[in-house]
Amino acid sequence: MDKVIIADNLSLAYSNDETIINKVKFSVDSGSFVFVTGASGSGKSTLLKSLYGALKPTEGSLIVGGVELRGVSSAKLNFLRKHIGIVFQDYKLVKEWTIEKNIMLPLIINGYEKSVTQNQVDSLLKHVRLKHQAGKFPLELSGGEQQRVAMARALSHNPILILADEPTGNLDDYSSQLIWNLLEGANTQLKTTVIVVTHHIPENMNVDYKHFHIEYGSIHEVT
Amino acid sequence: MKSLKNHLSLVIALVGILFSLQVFMIVERAIDAYKENLAQNYSLVIVSKKILASEDILKVDKNFSTLNELSPDTVIKKLNSDFSQKNIELLKLTLPKFYKLKLYSYPSPQEVEEITENLLKNSSIMKVETFSKTHDTTYKLLLLFKTVITVFALSVLLVTILLIFKELRIWQFKHNERMSIMALFGAPVWLRSAVLFRLSIVDALIATAFSFILFSYIASNSWVAEQFNSIGIDVNVFHMLEDSLVMLGVSITVSILLATFIVLGHKEEV
Repeated sequence: MDKVIIADNLSLAYSNDETIINKVKFSVDSGSFVFVTGASGSGKSTLLKSLYGALKPTEGSLIVGGVELRGVSSAKLNFLRKHIGIVFQDYKLVKEWTIEKNIMLPLIINGYEKSVTQNQVDSLLKHVRLKHQAGKFPLELSGGEQQRVAMARALSHNPILILADEPTGNLDDYSSQLIWNLLEGANTQLKTTVIVVTHHIPENMNVDYKHFHIEYGSIHEVT
Repeated sequence: MKSLKNHLSLVIALVGILFSLQVFMIVERAIDAYKENLAQNYSLVIVSKKILASEDILKVDKNFSTLNELSPDTVIKKLNSDFSQKNIELLKLTLPKFYKLKLYSYPSPQEVEEITENLLKNSSIMKVETFSKTHDTTYKLLLLFKTVITVFALSVLLVTILLIFKELRIWQFKHNERMSIMALFGAPVWLRSAVLFRLSIVDALIATAFSFILFSYIASNSWVAEQFNSIGIDVNVFHMLEDSLVMLGVSITVSILLATFIVLGHKEEV
């Protein structure tokens, strides 16, 4: 099976004297569903940031979607990011844009035609049950609704990889369930690789998943 | 409303720059027109032992326009009653020759000194009267006026630049989040900053249009023309095409520089 992520001897740090992830080795198969857990401050989010190139490896190698992220050029990084969908705990929606335009963002960046873009956005708005809110702005929505918009945005361009940082951290049960269903759907129907950083793995998952745990700067698979 | 306020801040700052620039240009034009006017009324008087050839004198300095001999008749007329015609004719022959030398442009005191020095190299020339006292006062007044206006224009420019830098920080804060989010989804720099450049250009166009209307009004106002006419000059306050293009160029350059600073100062969140 193809590997979508290959980390070899990977170290991550925010500054030279503080290593968060220390010489870890792991890989993720294409089309798999992976949970990454660990205590607060263990480096879960740091690892996720490195996967979309916001934090460069200080040592070792990290290949995501065939792109080596150590010393990656901005053009290559942009190319990789066009094929990744990211869901953040704080949503990261553009406040001055409508819900519709926020969901459109990856489609615009990927140069989709306007008709395709509109159809895709309409369909996603239905999936996240926000069709009636399309013209509203993020701050007019609840936290759960904003996260559903962020989820729709992450799925809009059919990415090869979805990275989600505590996507249900602050959400009510209804929104949480909707998010998990969408992530499962992307994984099972579209064969999208999904990596979710979370404190708790939901009990009622309907997909086979791998579980990595981070502790003291190292990562190991929980079986 | 908030967005309009943000637009207004840059538009006002740009109008400030365009206003000070145009005022400076008007003053330059007024001073040039006034200097031309002065040059028309200003001339040197040369006293010579011999008759001077006009072409010899005119080639001494490029600024020399015409050389005309002054008739001694006015002076001699006063003596008419006391001298016989024969003596008057004799006197005419012995009197030095007086010439009026006109210039193309109004000279600075240094230029006047140089002109005098060069003319006196001619052994026939006994004296050059430059009317330096009156000339110096007028010239210094002109310079003072120009300096005051330049200081005023520079002060407006300085305050406006400070305003623009304040605006830059607001824009940086406002656009940083959107640009960071776009970067996370792989948007290239040109796409991330497109909105910013579009806004800057729109603001530059609004500022130019506003300044165009303002100065068109000022140019068409008879009061302004009357003020210039009262000091004997006719100044075109606003050259529609030429000045509008300068305004457009300046406002677009400033606003694009502002947008470029924001793009260069953008740091991706980690």
